[in-house]
Amino acid sequence: MVEGAIKYTIPLALVSFVLGVILALITAVMRLSPVAIVRAPAVFYVSAVRGTPLLVQLFIVFYGLPTIGLTIDPLPSAVIAFSLNVGAYASEVIRASISSIPKGQWEAGYTVGMTYATTLRRIILPQATRVSVPPLSNTFISLVKDTSLASLILVTELFRKAQEIAANTFDFLLLYTEAAVLYWIICFLLSIVQELIERRLERYIAK
Amino acid sequence: MLLTIKGLQKSFGELAVLKDIDLNIGKGKVVTIMGPSGSGKTTLLRCLNGLEIPGQGHFQFHDDFSLDFNQKLRKSEMLQLRRKSGMVFQSYNLFPHKTALENVIEGPVIVQKKDKQTATNEAERLLEKVGLQDKMDLFPHQLSGGQQQRVGIARALAIEPELMLFDEPTSALDPELIGEVLGVIKDLANEGWTMVVVTHEVSFAKHVSDHLIFMDGGYIVEQGDPKEVLEQPKEPRTKQFLNRILPEV
Repeated sequence: MVEGAIKYTIPLALVSFVLGVILALITAVMRLSPVAIVRAPAVFYVSAVRGTPLLVQLFIVFYGLPTIGLTIDPLPSAVIAFSLNVGAYASEVIRASISSIPKGQWEAGYTVGMTYATTLRRIILPQATRVSVPPLSNTFISLVKDTSLASLILVTELFRKAQEIAANTFDFLLLYTEAAVLYWIICFLLSIVQELIERRLERYIAK
Repeated sequence: MLLTIKGLQKSFGELAVLKDIDLNIGKGKVVTIMGPSGSGKTTLLRCLNGLEIPGQGHFQFHDDFSLDFNQKLRKSEMLQLRRKSGMVFQSYNLFPHKTALENVIEGPVIVQKKDKQTATNEAERLLEKVGLQDKMDLFPHQLSGGQQQRVGIARALAIEPELMLFDEPTSALDPELIGEVLGVIKDLANEGWTMVVVTHEVSFAKHVSDHLIFMDGGYIVEQGDPKEVLEQPKEPRTKQFLNRILPEV
């Protein structure tokens, strides 16, 4: 089970989260655009992903796509589905964080001669990052637990390992409890990392 | 003239905020703008560096750079306008995640692509000039309002603008901190900077500025020598406003 966690659960969560956040950032910036044609695809994407169950998305990628000739291995399938899912949820977090930065910060960036993109990168995003760490940590922790769904598309991650062992020994309570504890440990470690990041980012804030 | 403004108009939706403003800003001159709130003075100032885009009008700078707001302007033209002036805000708007020094070098290093060491030396000189040589490595939240505003002034100066714009620079300050900021602005006036200052500080307008503009309802109601306008206002609206803000003797 620990092997399943180290080989699959943790890398799957980590890679999907990183890809998801990159996707989320692009989506958030698109959604904040004054141009309707730029906003539209972002709005559609967020709506579609948030409006459908993750398990269904996972099944579409792994079991559905092969029927149109697109066969993807279990692990990449899981990465695709989880990244798309995180991208949609995290984009709302990032959009709200960007919107929470006072307008005066944009103006101050413009008045020292910056363009929109430079102001976003140098002035707004560093401040928005601080705001978005707690909600993004939530997203990440949810994702760690959601990776257990990958067991249903044959990824031999933590929970699938537990199921496989239990199928032989019939020790359901013990094995599933052990799986639960392992998830808990991973999430607990993550919340410690969150705490450290928050403390580091808060050094410029008045206490 | 550093800048000649003709027929400037600006509306927010249905609301006309600036109605046909003509104004000349002489090189090395200090122009103060006074007027009741809602008179359009802040909007006028913000139009000067493109934070608001005028609906109509024309800017002519001394160096042949001109903008005609009756036509659609290119982004590069707006950027060029913006880089001509430095702006000091009422609420400072310092970058909270950067130290005083980092706030000042941000424009020179990132926008003007100056070498970091050169920019740092220059920024240190500017911070010294505004009296903050021992506060350079502090974050904005560790500074008083007056100190933050002085960092704001140094940050605006650092991009070497032709024109310095001040939007009620002392309105957010405690009364005992106003002097230190006005002192810095006064020094800049003496050094020959061209400045446009929106303020309610009558004594500053009278003693430091070369030209006073009184605005109301989107128009320039009266303008001229600050002493004359303040002591012998011609327009009833100016008289009324001054009576209200001048302390009773």
